[in-house]
Amino acid sequence: MTRNPKRAAGETPLVEMDDVSISFGGIKAVDHVSVDLYPGEVVGLLGHNGAGKSTLIKMLSGAYQKETGEIRVNGQTVDIQNPRDARALNIETIYQTLALADNLDAASNLFLGRELVTPLGLVDDSAMEAECRKIMGRLNPNFQKFNEPVSALSGGQRQSVAIARAVYFNAKVLIMDEPTAALGPHETQMVAELIQQLKADGIGIFLIDHDVHAVMELCDRASVMKNGELVGTVEIDDVTDDDLLSMIILGKKPGEEAA
Amino acid sequence: MTDTTSQPIPERQKGNLFQQLELDLRLLGMIGAFVILCIGFNFLTDGRFLTPRNIFNLTIQTVSVAIMACGMVFVIVNRHIDLSVGALLATTSAIMAVTQTQILPHTLGLGLGNPAIWLITLLVGLAAGTLIGAFQGWMVGYLSIPAFIVTLGGFLVWRNVAWYLTDGQTIGPLDSTFLTFGGTNGTLGEATSWLLAALAAALAIWGIWGARRAKAGHGFPVKPAWAEATLCAITAGAIFGFIWILNSYHIPKRRLERMFEARGEVMPEGLEVGYGLPVSVLILITVAVVMTIIARRTRFGRYIFATGGNPDAAELSGINTRRLTVKIFALMGFLCALSAVIASARLSNHSNDIGTLDELRVIAAAVIGGTALSGGFGTIYGAILGALIMQALQSGMAMVGVDAPFQNIVVGTVLVLAVLIDIIYRKRVGAK
Ligand SMILES: Nc1ncnc2c1ncn2[C@@H]1O[C@H](COP(=O)(O)OP(=O)(O)OP(=O)(O)O)[C@@H](O)[C@H]1O
Ligand SMILES: [Mg+2]
Repeated sequence: MTRNPKRAAGETPLVEMDDVSISFGGIKAVDHVSVDLYPGEVVGLLGHNGAGKSTLIKMLSGAYQKETGEIRVNGQTVDIQNPRDARALNIETIYQTLALADNLDAASNLFLGRELVTPLGLVDDSAMEAECRKIMGRLNPNFQKFNEPVSALSGGQRQSVAIARAVYFNAKVLIMDEPTAALGPHETQMVAELIQQLKADGIGIFLIDHDVHAVMELCDRASVMKNGELVGTVEIDDVTDDDLLSMIILGKKPGEEAA
Repeated sequence: MTDTTSQPIPERQKGNLFQQLELDLRLLGMIGAFVILCIGFNFLTDGRFLTPRNIFNLTIQTVSVAIMACGMVFVIVNRHIDLSVGALLATTSAIMAVTQTQILPHTLGLGLGNPAIWLITLLVGLAAGTLIGAFQGWMVGYLSIPAFIVTLGGFLVWRNVAWYLTDGQTIGPLDSTFLTFGGTNGTLGEATSWLLAALAAALAIWGIWGARRAKAGHGFPVKPAWAEATLCAITAGAIFGFIWILNSYHIPKRRLERMFEARGEVMPEGLEVGYGLPVSVLILITVAVVMTIIARRTRFGRYIFATGGNPDAAELSGINTRRLTVKIFALMGFLCALSAVIASARLSNHSNDIGTLDELRVIAAAVIGGTALSGGFGTIYGAILGALIMQALQSGMAMVGVDAPFQNIVVGTVLVLAVLIDIIYRKRVGAK
């Protein structure tokens, strides 16, 4: 894996989260963290359970509002107040909880908040189902339950729907919070291929994953968090699996002495 | 990731008759229960229950609760509750009564019987209901006070605002044009009713075929043509049958004579005139159709169901769930005011106890109709059928001569049983 050419050329990053923090009732869930992302780059976010990874990206996706710091998209400071603002900036998110309405079918979930409508302004279910079949054909060819509420789907099938929703709308920035947690080996492989393809299309991806191997394989850089703080960001080419593991566990960058 | 074709669409599976018709089993069950109930009462009353006259009365008695039940479906699907609908009906009824009998004719000097009175009254009432509903919705959505509390408070407040506005007096008679919304005083006559039936049947068939075309256009499986045709025939048959029954209820001779006298004419010998479709029932049908379209085919409706299914997901999908709550309660308030028009016009005056216990009837109708209190599931037609079943039970028991305490005991038991059956049904079919 080569270094990202855009980053090497010193271009403006796609996304910069600069010194952002948020706390919940006195607990600093994210404590002055800075990460950035270039077009066509995959940045892994690693850390133990409760390290603050999901909370960090939720400030970018509009689910939470940051308390300090700045978020820039293409060098421009942006104010992301809610998920609509993030979507308007072409930031799409696959949440760890999947965020699906269980009582609706796959197509309704895929288009939730952005329904296709007929010329009369009525929701066009047939058109949405047709689009849903197209995208699912790419992501999970075994998927067939189009006319059932997603509560009737398996964990992996639900995850496929959430992934489809994030990639359908021409994202420029994609946030994937443990996208393969419920997937079988074949489906996981398909998501890995999807990530490669999206990367080739110039999309920037934040990938949260507990699987260090997957991160080594898919990512260009990795940022490690511990207890809400950023341990450090490293080039994947410069580190080994063990380096990443020790960063996660000990909270020290390679080369630094463990305390 | 080279395969860019869409998912193959499986061949339609052949099943039994019901599967091919794709009829909603729950709907069939409810219709079945309703029919058995009616036949049972008809048997117990020696055929007095299923007369055109009683069916006519049953229909107009159901309208007010059924209209509010439509709004309650949205409220409950959205994981809220509204305990204030009966009180809100009373307040809007009081506002309209005072407007049409005092403010407009006397304070503003339009004079009694002015043709503008009913319209202005209607607009004032509907606006008041919508505003009060929106205000309650704002407290639920933006101040995050549980709907149970807001509307429990509203229940006390609006019941007594109505009392205060009218000093507890019965106000009447109401404007004569306004009374046409009540039922018996406002029916469309036989010819217009038949015409409407034809129009409704044509629209329904057009809708069924339109949906079929849209599905076929995307290559999705559709029902066999005969099944679709059968469905059309059943729908049209039901529409024409209903109108036929309402047309068969003839205006009593005395009343007809008086109507002719009022016009200075003499009634021809042996004349028989049917009532036809009451205006209030036409309003209910319109509300039902519009609310069903909202539920199934608009973004607003889709968001109500999505939020009921998973509020967090709705929020993360960019849905403004707070504003949605305000809209739902505003719509509920609007429908309460509409029910107030019909209820007060039916009684031909505003009485202090109008709408008492309606909140419970409305919630029961929605729940018997399959609306899940946990949110996310419910249908408009179910709620209307629920209201009909409740009213049929109540009137039927009264006709049979069941003692008043037993009537309510039965209604309460039926409510609990209906929910139990619904839970068992949902478990069987694997739905949530
Ligand atoms: N809405 C919330 N309210 C209160 N505390 C929260 C909230 N969301 C997160 N936290 C806390 O913030 C910290 C970081 O949580 P976060 O979900 O970001 O962890 P994570 O790194 O994604 O963990 P995991 O790998 O388990 O998904 C945790 O201590 C968590 O308890
Ligand atoms: Mg997480």
